[in-house]
Amino acid sequence: MSAVTEHTDHGTEAHDHADHGSHPTTLTFVKVAIILAVITALETSTYWWVEDAHTVAMITLFICMAIKFVMILLWFMHLKWDSKLFSLMFYIGVGLAIAVYIVALMTFHFFA
Amino acid sequence: MADIAVHEGAHAHEHDAHGAHATSTGLSNNKLAMWLFLGTECLLFGGLISTYMLYRGRLGNGPGPGQVFDIPLTSISSFILLMSSLTMVLAVNAAKEGDDRNTRVWLSATALLGALFVGGQVYEFTAFYQEGLGFTTSLFGSSFFTLTGFHGVHVSLGIIMLMALVGIITRSKVPGDKAEVVELIGLYWHFVDVVWVVIFTLVYLIPA
Repeated sequence: MSAVTEHTDHGTEAHDHADHGSHPTTLTFVKVAIILAVITALETSTYWWVEDAHTVAMITLFICMAIKFVMILLWFMHLKWDSKLFSLMFYIGVGLAIAVYIVALMTFHFFA
Repeated sequence: MADIAVHEGAHAHEHDAHGAHATSTGLSNNKLAMWLFLGTECLLFGGLISTYMLYRGRLGNGPGPGQVFDIPLTSISSFILLMSSLTMVLAVNAAKEGDDRNTRVWLSATALLGALFVGGQVYEFTAFYQEGLGFTTSLFGSSFFTLTGFHGVHVSLGIIMLMALVGIITRSKVPGDKAEVVELIGLYWHFVDVVWVVIFTLVYLIPA
């Protein structure tokens, strides 16, 4: 997408920062979906892992969750190509939620 | 809206490539508002997830997660919702290319996959109830049904928006830029998927 410049009352130019770089193709999205499906299969398989592998399963699950979360945000929600301001809006919400609720859980001795 | 007036007679255009109005940031205010909304939704679901984490061990006289959860079924539901994100992004692509027919097809496919997910959730809730886990059975039951129920309501609202959009596109009555409208609903839909990624791991797969 081409950026459009406009002359404003202040004589400045407002740039559309959306859609940086080349736009992803359908094949890119299909590849991302396949990777997400494989990760989901790996996550599900941890349910049948032996109890001795509990710690490994927990670490695997958290890593898989984080990868899926970021992949959907970057590719499907276009944050990889969109303005950093959109990312900032969302990451502030995510960061605030994580901070607030970790403190809340600590208050109730959840991690003890 | 912090729209900035554009000089008449200048060669500037009122709308950018997406049809967004000229703004002080140069970005679409609608899209910015949607991202802000999704940021606030993180706080809503964060509260519900942490409440569940806190109460998942408070079983009272009712069954626990290990006795009621059907992981294979929930995995299939998760896969369906994940694939609905793919169909949604294909709908956005089609809308950006001005392909109304494919936009409608992919939006309908997304709504159908969403409906399958909600159907699976209704089946799951019914099975849990029959196994003795109701909303008021225990704190685990209350927090579980509140969290997953809220998510289900979000998916259902998404389905309504998708179907409404299909109808509006069919009648060619989309207000403003069509591609941006599809993209905004797509953002909401992907967010619902992202939330499920977290719920599926923290609620279903990580043992209490």
